[in-house]
Amino acid sequence: MVPFGGYSMPVQYSDLSVGESHHWTRQKASLFDVSHMVQYHISGPGAEGLLMKLTPAALPALPVHQSTLSAFLHPGTGGIVDDTVITRLGPELFYVVTNAGCRDKDAKFLTESVEAWQAQGYPSVVLTPLGGQGLIALQGPQAAGILGGVLEDPTAINLKEFYFGQSRYLQLHLPSGKGSEKVLVSRGGYTGEDGFEISIPPTQTVEITELLLNSAGSERLRLAGLGARDSLRLEAGMCLYGHDLDDTTTPVEGGLSWVIGKDRRTEGGFNGAETIIPQLTPRSKGGKGVTRRRVGLVVEGAPAREGAEIVDTDGTSIGRVTSGCPSPTLKKNVAMGYVKDGKHKSGTELAVVVRGKRRKATVTKMPFVPSKYCKAGAPPA
Amino acid sequence: MRQLLSSLSVINDYYGNENSNCTSAQAKRFTQDHEWIELSDDGTIGTIGISKYAANALGDVVFVELPTPDLEVNAGDSIGAVESVKSASDIMTPVSGTVIEGNGVLEEKPGTINQGPEGEGWIAKIKVKDPKEVEALMDVEVYDKFTQEAES
Repeated sequence: MVPFGGYSMPVQYSDLSVGESHHWTRQKASLFDVSHMVQYHISGPGAEGLLMKLTPAALPALPVHQSTLSAFLHPGTGGIVDDTVITRLGPELFYVVTNAGCRDKDAKFLTESVEAWQAQGYPSVVLTPLGGQGLIALQGPQAAGILGGVLEDPTAINLKEFYFGQSRYLQLHLPSGKGSEKVLVSRGGYTGEDGFEISIPPTQTVEITELLLNSAGSERLRLAGLGARDSLRLEAGMCLYGHDLDDTTTPVEGGLSWVIGKDRRTEGGFNGAETIIPQLTPRSKGGKGVTRRRVGLVVEGAPAREGAEIVDTDGTSIGRVTSGCPSPTLKKNVAMGYVKDGKHKSGTELAVVVRGKRRKATVTKMPFVPSKYCKAGAPPA
Repeated sequence: MRQLLSSLSVINDYYGNENSNCTSAQAKRFTQDHEWIELSDDGTIGTIGISKYAANALGDVVFVELPTPDLEVNAGDSIGAVESVKSASDIMTPVSGTVIEGNGVLEEKPGTINQGPEGEGWIAKIKVKDPKEVEALMDVEVYDKFTQEAES
């Protein structure tokens, strides 16, 4: 158990090592208790406008029951306050999930932003923390089969056409014979596998977790802890806030330019747009560009961990590793970190210093392990 | 398969010999950082590794950094590292001396540490400067008690 985001959380469960749990997730399915994450509703006339100011998301194009990864941004600097997933539940109703590690900072940022927005002519915008709401992530190739087996009404949804990024309120079939309260099921996750994140009302979180574990059985589904969650997301090339992203990093530096909506690149109107938009055009094309970029690295020999120095072939320091581990899937050492702009191209040969020795490192496209999301037109899992 | 068997038999021979050298109660001693050391009969050479307790806590070892021969070290200096998916752990020498060799088997088969942390998964051999430094360490009973207290 380790302290994490104000909770005491398991790095691993006693039945599987981190490596075993990692493989289990890629081959079968794992259940992650991520109830430590902070869930909100942002609602009322002006809610969309508020989120358009705080994030660079293209919200007008986001349909109901569709999610998008985004980032809350600081005014001016465009530094990332936190990364977040925003789901539209209605014309002016959004479900927002943020990191536990940023709980207090986000609460202050969002509360102050809402108050300012209210004062600017949107008095009915409301920020509602979903206190006590459970959140579990069912991840892996068997996730859809497991969820399909516990639906109260199997005709309520066709999971084959319920795609990555979509969400739906569903009832699950409890052992008591009754339907559960409605849970918000979103297709996606933090492992690169197909799967679901399930937001559950406080009173039924434990019951539904047990329902999934019992109905799937231990041959298909096991609990997984923070250790496997970290190595899985790293293989999937996903950022961990506080390590790979922070208040001083813009989405462009962080390799997250894709979260900036197309229209928003010209129209702006979001916090930090004056800093971020000029960064989108590289210096080689007459723009401002950035001086550093997040890249993926494959490191030979010793695994590179957070803090390891990244050097050029002539030994010049050009950045630092922000997270890294031996990849259980690839049997290679993977890492992500920031390097000087110009050294970020895939295939660039660099080195990482681990315990005083230089280890060969190659800039590598992420994800390191191809993602297996359920998408329209994709072959069935 | 043949290759695997032949390499295994080499290892067994090697350790068979070593074990027979060590029968005269040069028992293992342990540090609070979960390294062990075992002295040769003549008290000059120490074999260093990590305890079963440490190997369990680490999980699957995927990389071992070995010390280079002739490295002179003081007790507590790092002589290498053991890496699992979740963590990297430095290995500190329990005593002062000069490194003779690292266990090359671990470069190809780091998982040997999980299979036999207090046997074939040894990490380094060291020419011991002062055997008294070994006597000052915990014996197995005291170490077991120490790890039990750490758990509770």
